[in-house]
Amino acid sequence: MTTDTTTSVREIHVDEITAKISELCESATHFLPDDVVGGLERARDSEKSDLGKQVLIEILENIDIAKNEMVPLCQDTGTAVVFVELGQDVHIVGGSLADAINRGVAKGYTDSYLRASIVDHPFSSRVNTKDNTPAVTHIDVTPGNALKLKLLPKGGGCENMSRFAVFLPSAGKEPIVEMVLKTIEESGGNPCPPLVVGVGVGGSSEYAMYLAKKGVVRSVGNPSDDPETAEFERELLEKVNALGVGPQAVGGLNTALAVNIETYPAHITALPVAVNLQCHSARLKEATL
Amino acid sequence: MPIEKRDGQIRLTAPLSEEDVAQLHAGDHVLFDGSMYTARDAAHKRIIAGAEKGEAPPIELQGQIIYYVGPTPARPGRIIGSAGPTTSMRMDPFTPKMLELGVKMIIGKGGRGPAVRQALQDNKAVYCLAIGGAGALLSKTIRNLEVVAYDDLGTESIKKLEVDGFPAIVCCDSHGGDLLQQGKDQWRQQDKLGSYQPIQAAAAEKSNGGGN
Repeated sequence: MTTDTTTSVREIHVDEITAKISELCESATHFLPDDVVGGLERARDSEKSDLGKQVLIEILENIDIAKNEMVPLCQDTGTAVVFVELGQDVHIVGGSLADAINRGVAKGYTDSYLRASIVDHPFSSRVNTKDNTPAVTHIDVTPGNALKLKLLPKGGGCENMSRFAVFLPSAGKEPIVEMVLKTIEESGGNPCPPLVVGVGVGGSSEYAMYLAKKGVVRSVGNPSDDPETAEFERELLEKVNALGVGPQAVGGLNTALAVNIETYPAHITALPVAVNLQCHSARLKEATL
Repeated sequence: MPIEKRDGQIRLTAPLSEEDVAQLHAGDHVLFDGSMYTARDAAHKRIIAGAEKGEAPPIELQGQIIYYVGPTPARPGRIIGSAGPTTSMRMDPFTPKMLELGVKMIIGKGGRGPAVRQALQDNKAVYCLAIGGAGALLSKTIRNLEVVAYDDLGTESIKKLEVDGFPAIVCCDSHGGDLLQQGKDQWRQQDKLGSYQPIQAAAAEKSNGGGN
C-alpha cells in the first residue's frame, strides 16, 4: 500500500528561515526544555549523595536565573547544530538554505550576546569567525510542505568526549555496554554530568555518529518506539548510574538522565557503534515554518 | 583574612599561602571573595612561552587564584555574561609550571591528570570545581571585571574578577586527596555492573580534548 502524501507546493522565503533560526539561538541558550528540567528535578529528589544533591540544586537554580535574568545557561553557547526537516513540497526562494541558516546563526549569536566559539581553519590558523558561523547542518527530506528547524547548541565539553568503534558483527550487546560505560567513566566530569547519552548503532561510520546525535536530540523521557531497544536503553541507564560518577563527577547516583539508542541496519561484516554525550544543559529548541 | 571559617563555611581571599591551602580537603565547600584571574588555553600558552624565555608573567601570580573561564559577552549595563568553568584537563600541560610561578588555587571543571595532582602536592596548592553549566548562577557573584592582559585574545584574555561568595568544591587538595576518585569509590554499585571493571584515576580523563 502506498500513502498519498502529496501536498501543494509552498514557497518559503529565506528571510523567514533566517529570522526563525536567530530566535531559536536566543531561546535555546536561555530556556531549557521542560523534559530536561523534569529529569533534573527527579535526579535532585532521588540523589543520595549530599554533594551530588547540592550540585543538582545549583544546576536547577542556574536554570531559573538564566530564564529570569536572560543570562545564557552556560558560557559555552556551542556549535550551532541545525537539524532541518525539509518538506519535499517546499520551494525555498530568495537565496540558498545554507546561507539563510548561517545568517540566522550570525544574527542570533550577535544580537543575543552569545559566545562566538568557532575558529576557521581547525589545524592551523584557528581564527575566530566572530559570529559562531558556520553552523553544522543536517537536512532530511520529508513528505509534505512544512519546514521544521531544530537548533542544538552543542557545547565542547560533552561533544569532545564522543567515541566511535566497529565491533565484530556477531558481538551482540556486550561490547556496546562496555563502550558506553568506559566512555562515561573516562570522561568523568568533563562532559558535565548528569548526561543525556546518545548511542548510534548500525549504518556506516558517519551515519552511526549521526544516529548518536539523533539520540541526544530525543532528549529526556522519550524511550525508543522499538520495545527491544527501549529495554536496552533501560538496562544501559541503570548501569551508567551504577558507575557512581554522579553529578559533575563528585560521586552519586545520577550520572545520566537518559540513554537514547538509535539503530539502523548494518553491513553483514560490521557492528558500528557511536557514542555522543550531552551535558545536563541539554539545550534544544525547534520551530516549524 | 585569606582563609576564614565561620558558620560552617570556608571563605577564601587571595593572596593565599601554603598554610591557608593546607587547611582545605577534598569535598570541602568553599566561597571565594576578592580577586581572581581568568585564563584558559591561549593565555596559559603565552604565559608559559614567556616564562621559558625568562619573561615575567603579565600579572602577579604569587598566591593567586586562576579561574578557567571564557565568558559570554556582557549584555549592555551588565558586568559579565554567563561565566561557568571550562574543562580543566586541557590546561594540564601548563599547570605544573603555573604552580611553580606561585599560583595557589585553580578553579575549573572535571578531573586532573596524575602530573597535575602530584604538582599540587609538591607546590602546596589546591584545585577546586565550580559547577560546569552553571554560568548564569556563577555570574551573579562577579562584582567587577577588568581586562588586565592579552586583550587581543577576546573571551580568552586575562581578566581580573572581583567576586563575592563565588561557590566551589575542593577537588584535588594539597595532601593528595581527589574528590572524583573518592566520590566514585563511594557511590559505585558494582553488583549492577556485571563484568565491567572500574578504571583507575591515573588512566582516566586523558583521552580527548575537553571543551567549553
